[in-house]
Amino acid sequence: MATICNVSEEKALEIKKLQFTYASADEPSLKEISMPIAKNSVTALIGPSGCGKSTLLRSINRMHDLYPGNKYEGEIIYNGRNILDAKEDLINLRINIGMIFQKPTAFPMSIMDNVAYGLKLQGIKNKTELKDRVEKALTDAAIWKEVKDRLKHDANGLSGGQQQRLCIARAIAVEPEILLFDEPTSALDPISTQGIEELVTELKEKVSIVIVTHNMQQAARVSDYTGFMYLGELIELGKTEELFVTPAEKLTEEYITGKFG
Amino acid sequence: MTATQKRVFVNRIVMALSTLSAGIGLFFLFWILYILVSNGVEAINWDIFLFEGAPPGYEESGLKQALVGQLIIVGIATLVGVPLGILAGTYLSEYGQKSKLAETIRDISDIMMSAPSIVVGSFVYAIMVVPMGHFSAWAGIVALTIIMLPIILRTTDDMLHLVPTTLREAAFALGAPKYKVIIQVVYRGAKAGILTGILLGVARVAGETAPLLFTSFNDNFMSTDLMEPMASLTVTMYNYATSPYEDWQRLGWAAAFILSMFILSLNILGRLVLLTKKGK
Ligand SMILES: Nc1ncnc2c1ncn2[C@@H]1O[C@H](COP(=O)(O)OP(=O)(O)OP(=O)(O)O)[C@@H](O)[C@H]1O
Ligand SMILES: [Mg+2]
Repeated sequence: MATICNVSEEKALEIKKLQFTYASADEPSLKEISMPIAKNSVTALIGPSGCGKSTLLRSINRMHDLYPGNKYEGEIIYNGRNILDAKEDLINLRINIGMIFQKPTAFPMSIMDNVAYGLKLQGIKNKTELKDRVEKALTDAAIWKEVKDRLKHDANGLSGGQQQRLCIARAIAVEPEILLFDEPTSALDPISTQGIEELVTELKEKVSIVIVTHNMQQAARVSDYTGFMYLGELIELGKTEELFVTPAEKLTEEYITGKFG
Repeated sequence: MTATQKRVFVNRIVMALSTLSAGIGLFFLFWILYILVSNGVEAINWDIFLFEGAPPGYEESGLKQALVGQLIIVGIATLVGVPLGILAGTYLSEYGQKSKLAETIRDISDIMMSAPSIVVGSFVYAIMVVPMGHFSAWAGIVALTIIMLPIILRTTDDMLHLVPTTLREAAFALGAPKYKVIIQVVYRGAKAGILTGILLGVARVAGETAPLLFTSFNDNFMSTDLMEPMASLTVTMYNYATSPYEDWQRLGWAAAFILSMFILSLNILGRLVLLTKKGK
């Protein structure tokens, strides 16, 4: 059985016995995962390649529904309802639960239009309101100073790190309650990585964050809670400082001391 | 000979043969261009754009009816074929994906792309010209649309495919419904490629003669009635070039020259669109 720590904060999400099977797979890729996600904190997911970190993350905003035949069992409780329910409004869900990908995903349009994209989807048409919210999002994503003179330029002209911060700005512009990051720095240089890490710790004042990372130092630096996954199971969820210093499970200890993975 | 010497020797032979082949190809290409341009430039003057066809020996004869007819037939075929092709390509890439139906459509359109255009011409002849009892511009438009459709459909499908999946996912992750993801993000990402496909598709049908011979046929005078036969540059050129009269042959050269320049510029434009896209 997995060791799951108690979360003192309010919970942003509660995952209950989540099992997930890809359309093309015989075996489930996630096996009976149960864990809380603390509000206004950063929860990191670590584990060896292929253990199911991305699969778990992408269950939370139901990204798997884009491809036919994938199957969820169990529950994810968010604001008192089970979001795995077939009746869940996915558009509304994804407005509240944003996602940042491994590679920057700047749309082929101007910087301004990128950040305004989600706002326009919500029907905000007023030019000044759009401008204000774009500026606020870019400021919160620590990139306003760099782009304020070229908002009309193509977003693909930015550097990788800038594009990633632009994507974060785009995601926070719609004011989500939860943000999911899937290895957001693995395509970036060390300086950009540091920038994103600082940003993640600042953002938790406003949003609850789940971040998948391959890098244990990164998990230790940015997160309050860390979950260790192995072969589709959650082995341990602990307060980050405790999990890295005194892991409760043998497998966790072996992984963080580099015995495998 | 050692193994290395042998490899070097074979290498040289292959290189010499392929250079020679390329040279032969280029030689004929430039020869054709030279004949076309020298005869075409000589044949071209303002009268060509101002007057309709006339019997041999008349001073005031031109290609006005063929130019107008060409624009109407190719123009309407483009207006019908491009949206149809883009929508069908969108279905394949974004909805059908790897389903049986989508794969079947891909196979059929690949076959249609390599089908001789004269076959398309006789098909339209059978389903439109025979029941109507006479040739018509509409029949020509339908024939060209059928030829254009698979080209645009397949380039759209391929170009949409090149747009990274994560870009789509990022738009979905912001709460975008599927049709908005396609129109606002995927189309934008594939814009240059699709535009090139359209230009190449139009260039391809603009040079077709065989399918028009059976369908829109020809008319020596200006006509804009789509229910009646209509002149086109290609069929007019065919008729004039095979006639025994020198002034008609001259008009044939002019038609060939105008048509080639039109198609050449479409092709160059297509390349430029791709280049500027890559340059960014
Ligand atoms: N689309 C898919 N169809 C079928 N199986 C999949 C699919 N995507 C992932 N899997 C499988 O699910 C398991 C978990 O994959 P997942 O991508 O979640 O791992 P991960 O922990 O994110 O790995 P990494 O650190 O390499 O990103 C793996 O065994 C993988 O092979
Ligand atoms: Mg992953």
